[in-house]
Amino acid sequence: MNNLTLNVKILMLVIIGLLSLSTLIFFLIKKNNPSQNYTELWLRIRSWWVMIAILFLAISSSAKIAIVFFAFISFLALKEYLSLIPTRRSDRRVLFWAYLAIPIQYYLVSIHWYIMFLVFIPVYMFLLLPFRMVLIGDTKGFLHSLGTIYWGLMITVFALSHLAYLLVLDPLKNPYGGGAGLVLYLIFLTQFNDIAQYISGKLFGKHKIIPLVSPNKTVEGFIGGMIATVILTILISPYLTPLNFGQSILVGFIIAGFGFVGDVTISAIKRDFGVKDTSNFIPGHGGILDRLDSLTYTAPIFFHVLSYFYY
Amino acid sequence: MNDSVKVNYSYKINKVLRYIFFAIIVKPLMYIIIGLNIRNSHLRLNSGPAIIVANHNSHLDTLALMSIFPLTTIKNIHPVAASDYFLSNKLLAWFSQSIIGIIPLNRNLTTFNDPFADIVEALRQNKIIILFPEGSRGIPEKLDKFKTGIAHLAKRCPEVPIVPVFLHGFGKALPKGEALLVPFFCDIFLGEKIFWTGNKSSFMDKLEGSMLNLARAGNFTAWE
Repeated sequence: MNNLTLNVKILMLVIIGLLSLSTLIFFLIKKNNPSQNYTELWLRIRSWWVMIAILFLAISSSAKIAIVFFAFISFLALKEYLSLIPTRRSDRRVLFWAYLAIPIQYYLVSIHWYIMFLVFIPVYMFLLLPFRMVLIGDTKGFLHSLGTIYWGLMITVFALSHLAYLLVLDPLKNPYGGGAGLVLYLIFLTQFNDIAQYISGKLFGKHKIIPLVSPNKTVEGFIGGMIATVILTILISPYLTPLNFGQSILVGFIIAGFGFVGDVTISAIKRDFGVKDTSNFIPGHGGILDRLDSLTYTAPIFFHVLSYFYY
Repeated sequence: MNDSVKVNYSYKINKVLRYIFFAIIVKPLMYIIIGLNIRNSHLRLNSGPAIIVANHNSHLDTLALMSIFPLTTIKNIHPVAASDYFLSNKLLAWFSQSIIGIIPLNRNLTTFNDPFADIVEALRQNKIIILFPEGSRGIPEKLDKFKTGIAHLAKRCPEVPIVPVFLHGFGKALPKGEALLVPFFCDIFLGEKIFWTGNKSSFMDKLEGSMLNLARAGNFTAWE
């Protein structure tokens, strides 16, 4: 726990407090309406506890362990993606190469090789995956296969690895939050935005925002969630990040906006394959990608905005 | 084989090594590297006698089916495996019999000996038997016609429940003839137990029908 600043520890307590409060409310609702079935909601809350416990454990140990943890998350996400999409028999060895990108990408994080971290998947994997496919020689469906595998690699490994790189950014430039502070800040705001958009949509939702992809999402939900997220971002940024007031507003809009885009992009893929969830790995939530959808967009974009201003 | 067919195959099992093998290699492989989605897990029978009947695509199938049981139950599980393959060399024979605990089955029935004697004996000792009626792993992720040996076995043990299990994905992760494991989430669909129906064709229809229903439940696209 020594690598965590006081502010990070306070945010962890706040998150545990919020979750305790939701658990308490859940039990009160259940007690007042015992006739209804609350299994799904209970599984959802229980899974939140488990995920938060694992995340807190990972970021409060050393940076190395946290990097291994995020590499494992990428592995689970890529595996889930590759199990969901149709792959060709002849692609097995190409998929193996895609998996190999995970340890390499996170190794680059751990040695702080910033430029290589940025270009390894967008340049080298981009050029080498088709080469591996050419060596196998199955040309039927070549481009389709290549496109789907590469997209998955970008989303589940490249995008998510930015979370891990936040951990190794120069801590002297962020004395109040440190690397763990930035990670927790981003994850907290992204998940908060998901929930705020959902609640705001339930309360005020009228006009569908993107009916062909996500029929339950509304303009009112999006805007209400965005306002709440921007306010929260302004409130907590001074304690966990080096961002000033104006930059905090920008980051708030970015997290709310791109969180939404990530969410509906994964929704579009699920719709494409006719599934409700990307898997049933997390009881009550669905798959890993169902939980990480917004984060796959907010992580790289927040990272680059932050590094533009400070690193 | 001769009269000594009534040998109890659990005598050949190295219980300690088997426990360690499943605890530190097989279970982590199945639950962390591969990842199992066990559907209808409430239909799992926790004690024998029982026959688990599954489709066969990969060497992972047996290990996956054994992994869905607690470590303390694994000692009572015996996969039936072709003696011509698994006893073909000394090392593989030792591994198959001492660690996995297979009951060898002679696929070429040229003798008058009873090929099922060991299986019937194991069931009498309340063991759980794993059987792959497709006979071999075949083309990965394709369901082949079941051989009728299972019907003969069911007829001899009409009181023993038979649990159909449909496996999906293991043939993608490690197909026949490949040594490179590529991780995929794999599905294990447990079916309702069935019993010997009284005649061979209705029994096979029931078993294959149950299997097809489980396969359909996954709504998987073919692996081309």
